[in-house]
Amino acid sequence: MAAEKRTASEKADFKRELTEVVPHLRAFARGLCGRADMADDLVQETLLKAWAAQDRFQPGTSMRAWTFVILRNAYLTDMRRNRFRGEYDETVAERVLTAPAGQEEPIHLSDMHRALLTLPPERREALLLVGAGGFSYEEAATICDCAVGTIKSRVGRARAALNAMLADGNIPKRSIDDDAAHRAILEELDDVAAGQGSSRS
Amino acid sequence: MTSKTPKIPPPGSPAGGGKHKDPDWANGLKQLYDSVVEEPLPDSFQDLIDKLDSKS
Repeated sequence: MAAEKRTASEKADFKRELTEVVPHLRAFARGLCGRADMADDLVQETLLKAWAAQDRFQPGTSMRAWTFVILRNAYLTDMRRNRFRGEYDETVAERVLTAPAGQEEPIHLSDMHRALLTLPPERREALLLVGAGGFSYEEAATICDCAVGTIKSRVGRARAALNAMLADGNIPKRSIDDDAAHRAILEELDDVAAGQGSSRS
Repeated sequence: MTSKTPKIPPPGSPAGGGKHKDPDWANGLKQLYDSVVEEPLPDSFQDLIDKLDSKS
């Protein structure tokens, strides 16, 4: 009914763009929650929400960034419901390890991914967006609804933490299953969800 | 505060990496991401997308 109601052709465009970003949504979700099956559930949830909210998408802007916001919010909500425990998908990492890597000594990606999952979610998502997804700091800040400086700080801290863990081989086996660690993560999530994650970053 | 200098120096000549000051694992991070992007899409996604129209 609204004047902004999409035409059939706009809907078709939207759908095409949405389809194109699915692989990226899957990759982002896998990095966030660590498990392929849960990540795909999250992506399906994201697609349904994106479709329902399509009138709010501005044609010509980045569908990837727009849907990442939806996915991120769905993840935060689910995480707070304790749905994701940072389970780690060994098979993905092992497959990547055996792929041509373009580097002499393949690092242990399984270690890397496990280390990534031990980071506080706000730093993990920042690193994923900038370091893996190729978003600019500005785009990542928009997705995470925070200042550019905050994203830079989060990425810097995430990198420093991974450097330290991977250099020392000191990767917590399952810190996310540790009650204290998990509680700390949930507390941080409250800040992130409230858009106040910046204070500590 | 923490220094910006990575503790792990990049390998001598990363092939085609382009990002000269990234540590080793930074490439790994991109590989993890890209490997998922390049996976064949499970049918369930196309099924879901196909059904979106009928829900609108």
